[in-house]
Amino acid sequence: MSASPETLPGGPHSAGSGGPRRKKLTQEQIVLGIAAVLFVVFALVLPGFLSADNLVSLLQGVALLGMLGLGMGLVIIGRGIDLAMVATMAMSTGWVVERLNGGSGFGEAALYAGLFAVAIGVVLGFLIAYVEIPPIFATLAMATVIYGFARYTMVSLDVVYVPAGHEGFRWLGSGRVFGIPAPVVLFAAMAFVVHLFLRYTKAGRYIYMIGDNPQTARTTGVPVPQVIVMQYVISSLIGFATGIVTAAAVGSMNTRLVTSTMVYDVILVAVLGGIGLAGGKGGARNVIVGTLLIGTMLNGMTIMNFDYTTQNIVKSLVLLAAIVIDTLINPRDEQTAQQGDI
Amino acid sequence: MRTLTKFAAAALLAAVTVGPAAQAEVAIGYDDGMSASYANALAGKKVAFVPLAMSFDIAEGWVAGMQKQADSMGYDLIIRDPNWNTSAGAQAITQLIAEKPDIIIIHNPDLQTYGRLIRKATESGIKVIQVNLKSNVNSDVYIGADWYKIAEKQAQIMVSKCGSGSGKSGKVAIIQGIPTNATSAIGVQAFEKVLGEDSGIEIVANQAADFDPTKAHTIALTILKQNPDLCGMIGIWDAEDVGVAAAIRDVGKTGEVVMISQGAGAQSACDKVIAGDFTTYVAYDVAQQARDINNAIATLLQSPAEAGAQPFALYSPLKVIDKDSVHPDTCWTTDRVKRDN
Repeated sequence: MSASPETLPGGPHSAGSGGPRRKKLTQEQIVLGIAAVLFVVFALVLPGFLSADNLVSLLQGVALLGMLGLGMGLVIIGRGIDLAMVATMAMSTGWVVERLNGGSGFGEAALYAGLFAVAIGVVLGFLIAYVEIPPIFATLAMATVIYGFARYTMVSLDVVYVPAGHEGFRWLGSGRVFGIPAPVVLFAAMAFVVHLFLRYTKAGRYIYMIGDNPQTARTTGVPVPQVIVMQYVISSLIGFATGIVTAAAVGSMNTRLVTSTMVYDVILVAVLGGIGLAGGKGGARNVIVGTLLIGTMLNGMTIMNFDYTTQNIVKSLVLLAAIVIDTLINPRDEQTAQQGDI
Repeated sequence: MRTLTKFAAAALLAAVTVGPAAQAEVAIGYDDGMSASYANALAGKKVAFVPLAMSFDIAEGWVAGMQKQADSMGYDLIIRDPNWNTSAGAQAITQLIAEKPDIIIIHNPDLQTYGRLIRKATESGIKVIQVNLKSNVNSDVYIGADWYKIAEKQAQIMVSKCGSGSGKSGKVAIIQGIPTNATSAIGVQAFEKVLGEDSGIEIVANQAADFDPTKAHTIALTILKQNPDLCGMIGIWDAEDVGVAAAIRDVGKTGEVVMISQGAGAQSACDKVIAGDFTTYVAYDVAQQARDINNAIATLLQSPAEAGAQPFALYSPLKVIDKDSVHPDTCWTTDRVKRDN
């Protein structure tokens, strides 16, 4: 590719802005602004909010969501969506914990489960790129298949507990690097890697091209189906990695997460930060911004002791607002939109 | 699911081997006047079980015990697993009513959903045992915990550890499950009442974590950071509370912040007590419940009474487990239930 990143669609400098045509605020900036305002208000109103301790726990609370958001964001940029991500996370990790209980070492168990996650990604990518099933349906159906298959063959109970020992594994969830919790460090590292991948590798640039206009991408010689398969392999692996950190943090894996609404929270952090659902726009930075807003909101609401229903209302209104803003800022491209796009 | 297949196979085998016995008299070595009629009352009967799902510890424990009696007395145990899907469960019960088993054992997801079906089953002459959570409708038997009492017990322990006279801050956080879930809602009522009665206790947070340990972890971390002098946390289900315990461990306050949990008393929970993650754990004993269910099955099959004529309940006794009282066999595993029941 001879084009520089800046001239390509959805390059980091035009993230969420719809290209150089508009000079108004991007969604990323708006959300960052809202997060900043919330942050200042909480800092003034809520005693203890601004303590370093609380800020660390704020980040720790959303690091896992942010990790999943990175995988989801990457797929959405390529004009897909991975509704099977939580299933992949829960079941591959559940299998690791199950094997640990059976006496396996962590490395061996993680290797097999990692391969399982790769296999899921390949199947998802194949269904979407070659069988041409719209991603929303392919991944929705596969989520059930993954859960059913894994529950039948790999994970004996809904909730599996990490056995005693396995300190190295547990460190991933509860360790600290210079006082910062390991999940936060891992989220930051993952965001950095995803950023570099999307910005500087050929494969990363291809994802933007496919997200912006798959037909044109194909015409210009982008190996579209292969890149789509790669996208889902990456999102599945990120799901797996997040699951490992989750299990390490709480010492158990609750596979009933598959039937929860968690996957919508994951889409929320990606879309909220300004990764347009129409594809081709955004990057790792947007996920971080979305994660920060959600983290600040959840942390503040917990400190204020909002009840469950109120928290859900606030969260869903924010999602709705994000989608409305997304639609206004990133209108559907009538030339390339097709049935089945999300 | 693997266990389910095994059970289905076992049930099939039992049907084949015991089938003829249902018509003929069961051969027994010696009749003490009851043993023959007992054996005949049970042999060849059909007992159906609709759990919430087969995939969690409580259901596994019950079935391990139930299957053992079914095999030895030669009746069928039919399991229909709705896998957490309430409408699939309702469908399974409707289907069972048409199949007319002798007893249907129902694990209610809430107070209402299966009520009408329980009444319908009773009216059509099928005896119904409700387990773990009683619906608004009474049936022949209820076996399970008294959800209010468990939570009351937990709260009383919390008051003794953090309330007036304990010399602690008295700050307590409640971590609920899903607020609309009956067991969580009933428990939280008890928490609020008992904790509210002690002037030394201040409830600083009352948050729901959706029965999800990860969510509980996040919420508990925030509460711990916000209240550095927090005295204790009280939770509604062990599988969720491991997240709370992990948060307490994260801030290095294991043993310092009191954590009181409750649940079915599976080994994983006792492990948490031993590790110091749960200060006190109030359990109902699933192995004992399996025994109660078996007794109720035997009683109902022998009783000539009409379905629903003489309703009774067997409330499970509570075990209070802490570091001092925990023994290697305080908690149960499925294997132990299979062996001992």
